[in-house]
Amino acid sequence: MQTFEYASPTSVKEAVQLLASTSGGAEPFAGGTDLISAMKDGIVTPARLVSLQHVKELRGIKFSSDSGLSLGAMVTFEELLDNADVKQNYPALVQAADGVSSPQIRSLGTVAGDLCQRPRCWYYRAGFGLLATYNGKSLVPDGDNRYHAILGNSGPAYFVNPSSLAPILIALGATVRVEGEGQREVKLEQFFVTPTNDNQNLFALKPHEVVTEIQVPPPNDAKMAVYEVRQKTALDWPLAAAAVVLKMDGDTVKSARVVLGHVAPVPWPAPEAEQALAGKTFSEDVADEAGKAAVAKATPLSKNGYKVQLTRVAVKRALLRAVKGEA
Amino acid sequence: MRRKKDQRRELAKEGLSRRAFLQGAGAAVSGGLLTAEMAQGAPKAESGKVVGPGTTPITLKINGKIHKLNLEPRVTLLDALRDRLDLTGAKKVCDRGVCGSCTVIMDGKPVYACNVLAIEAQGHDLTTIEGLRKGGELHPMMAAFVNHDAQQCGFCTPGFVVACTAFVNKHPDPTLEDVEKGLGGNLCRCGTYAGVRQAVLEAAKTMKGGSPNA
Repeated sequence: MQTFEYASPTSVKEAVQLLASTSGGAEPFAGGTDLISAMKDGIVTPARLVSLQHVKELRGIKFSSDSGLSLGAMVTFEELLDNADVKQNYPALVQAADGVSSPQIRSLGTVAGDLCQRPRCWYYRAGFGLLATYNGKSLVPDGDNRYHAILGNSGPAYFVNPSSLAPILIALGATVRVEGEGQREVKLEQFFVTPTNDNQNLFALKPHEVVTEIQVPPPNDAKMAVYEVRQKTALDWPLAAAAVVLKMDGDTVKSARVVLGHVAPVPWPAPEAEQALAGKTFSEDVADEAGKAAVAKATPLSKNGYKVQLTRVAVKRALLRAVKGEA
Repeated sequence: MRRKKDQRRELAKEGLSRRAFLQGAGAAVSGGLLTAEMAQGAPKAESGKVVGPGTTPITLKINGKIHKLNLEPRVTLLDALRDRLDLTGAKKVCDRGVCGSCTVIMDGKPVYACNVLAIEAQGHDLTTIEGLRKGGELHPMMAAFVNHDAQQCGFCTPGFVVACTAFVNKHPDPTLEDVEKGLGGNLCRCGTYAGVRQAVLEAAKTMKGGSPNA
């Protein structure tokens, strides 16, 4: 790991100043569960780390049935999973967090860190940049792309967004609060950026801005679920995932949000699936049709056609889990 | 004890604060051991102060003992334990926060020591595999691992024992399914999982009322 300066501020304001006051590039440091490894691999080489560990204002979970849920950026997966309000009101958020199955990651990994996670693309992790280029050409289309994108993959980016929480948070209509020179809010759906060059920020953050809070609207009796398709139960990222939030009137779907994970460079809303559900009387066939619609525009690469089927099934099973409570 | 008190009184007389004394002492006995009592006043990283990239004083509380080191901010807790403090029970295998062989307990929670910077571990209570065993007695989790032959080559074992201890502390009455799910953070290439699960179930019974040390 390259050397770096380290600072441990106690306020967001101070953190922002520390991020801004170095010319060599600075990284905010939350749980470190991914950043430390990325630094060991030399793919992130900040001149300064600004630890957020002692910034108390970034901690804490608040819930009220009127204003919904507020998650401090530094809330850990363990805190999220153990929170009674979250369990009772946002079961799908628990299902998503539960997919991060390592207790050691849960102890330190944070919700904002999950949202701002770097891609797992093995070309990126091996030092070929976000766009995995070698001699001016992407290594992905002709390479081993079994875990790469099947949607939003017309290039030059082919990796998949690795966040566990983003799909369900987007489906719930979450907003991210960020602070830099001032404070502002970004809809989580607009937070993720598909890069067109290797140096582009993957998130709608201006220089020296940090995520301070994630706000989730009240559930209002919505049915919700997450379904992840995995190769194994131990720690790994899903092959495909679907998050669904449904407003129901008896057996009829009034409206639906369907967001896919691990299939595109950003969490991928599936309006085709939402349209396939709206106004329908819910049944297994309707769920299957929604899954089919979600992947209708998929453009798999040479080795990841299997992910189309997995994604279709993930949508169907998430819907069945949300409405009928099926495992 | 009396000598220490006298010493402090002398320092106070000379107008030296305890903190200034400790800062001096820290530099002098780098890598050495101070008593917990002396280090209570050890300064934490000053808010907003930038340290590094060179070495900087770092204070770690490991297995109840205070250690003062001079480390670069980039040194991980695992490297500090193994290379500076001769606590080699936590193993360095993947060094990327995946395999679990470096698991230690920080404030009661399991963490990958390779994923924690030593400088970030300041102010936290750390327990390593060395701290689970007190005197000549095996920790109940260690005894259960022996009883159930829950190791083969043994390289993942210290990490597993620490992770399992943290797991049982949080889940005192686990089912087999809980154990299978709860140990997702450790890998064993020999495949001793069946033995490990049985060991955890047994240790959970003998640890009722809390783990003696962690």
